[in-house]
Amino acid sequence: MATKYTESHEWVRMDGDVAVCGITPHAAEQLGDVVFVELPDTGRALSKGDDMAVVESVKAASDVYAPISGEVVAVNQDIVDAPEKVNESPDQDAWFVKIKPSDASELDGLMDEAAYKAHTDE
Amino acid sequence: MTDQDLQTLPLDALHRELGGKMVSFAGYSMPVQYPMGVKGEHLHVREKAGLFDVSHMGQAYLSVEQGEHEQVARLIEELVSAEIVKLGKGRIRYTVLLNEEGGILDDLMVTRLPDQDGKLFLVVNAAVKEQDFALIGETLGGRAKLDVLDRCLLALQGPLAHTVLSALDPMAAEMPFMSMRETQLDGIPVMLSRCGYTGEDGYEISVANSDAERLARRLLAHDDVAPIGLGARDSLRLEAGLCLYGHDMTPEDTPVSAGLNFAIGKRRREEGGFPGAERIIRELHEGTDTLRVGLKPLGRVPAREGAEVQSEDGETIGKVTSGGFGPTYEAPVAMGRIDTKHAEPGTKVRILVRGKPLEAEVVKLPFVEQRYYRGKK
Repeated sequence: MATKYTESHEWVRMDGDVAVCGITPHAAEQLGDVVFVELPDTGRALSKGDDMAVVESVKAASDVYAPISGEVVAVNQDIVDAPEKVNESPDQDAWFVKIKPSDASELDGLMDEAAYKAHTDE
Repeated sequence: MTDQDLQTLPLDALHRELGGKMVSFAGYSMPVQYPMGVKGEHLHVREKAGLFDVSHMGQAYLSVEQGEHEQVARLIEELVSAEIVKLGKGRIRYTVLLNEEGGILDDLMVTRLPDQDGKLFLVVNAAVKEQDFALIGETLGGRAKLDVLDRCLLALQGPLAHTVLSALDPMAAEMPFMSMRETQLDGIPVMLSRCGYTGEDGYEISVANSDAERLARRLLAHDDVAPIGLGARDSLRLEAGLCLYGHDMTPEDTPVSAGLNFAIGKRRREEGGFPGAERIIRELHEGTDTLRVGLKPLGRVPAREGAEVQSEDGETIGKVTSGGFGPTYEAPVAMGRIDTKHAEPGTKVRILVRGKPLEAEVVKLPFVEQRYYRGKK
């Protein structure tokens, strides 16, 4: 299934029955060098749009929002241990969380790649 | 303020050509970073040399007709706490502009020109330059002449800055820290000051707007020089323990509470004669309720400006005034204004970040040792 995007620059991609979520290369570039990542506890129930994580760059702290509702089933400890991975591979290795969606139809409301690209070019 | 009100720097086109990401700062459109990024730029300055455009800062001459240093020095001493009368020719002094309560209105550099007596060169912060110059003009008007200069100010900072400049002015490398020369770089007349805001050796170069681009390009052509934006300027000065006006010191602070006793001249402590002198001299003896301190968060989470500082018992004792991540220190760094009874280095405190108390410690500043040029060893 194709990757979907939020207006707040998160991406989400279904892998079996879990949604893998992260921040877009555009967001990572805007943030600059990431020095700290705070992730939610596994088991936490998120509603779409909730504060889910915090990314601190050399410049500032930014919230990362849940792109869909559901339960956090895994978090990526690698980016907590090595925050620079968020800049190196934001759309692949540096995923943030895996969410078991409570309503997979929420994905339909998100942008596809072309729409997201148009959004960031604005 | 809308974008239309933003002023552009004379080197605006060069910043854009270099890939500078422009942001609004103190009423100017300024480069916050270049493609190298804040961390890369920061480390470049600590290792080699970086070129900053700080032309937003205010520059002025203060002069008296009779051409006597002591006369103009006594006049500026009515507004600042430093010893200016005994300042040598071509020497620079850091000091603070004070209000009647002894509160800090700005920090500034005062230079006695090397060859023209009765004339001082002032460099003040961009955000408050209009009010600074208005105050100086009102207080000293009729007795001294204030000429606000429309010139560029470039800073070349880092351990290789002196080798880069020596190729253009052989005397540059020998200049003591906090001294100024009127000289030429590649035929361009400049006021070359050995000072800066990074904790590294380096220079600030006052140059005519019409010559600034040629000089900047000449310096950037050197392999060891990279352009540096405001982002790295902030992380460099924070690691070096240097105050940012409006954040780490405000009119609520005196030089004593801001930890700037060195900006109060020895003779001035005895004689007074500057605004708020009675209070400041009393504070020198009795101390202040709050102090500016270094704060080291003990984990990896940066504490940003505005975060509440608490004692180990959970009592509110102050606030973070500047904070972020120190690329050279490789850890979060911060400064704060806290109650003096908790200000002793080594004191354990907590900083509230996103509602969670983080362990932190009061530390001596700077985080990264200053490496100014103090003459040949």
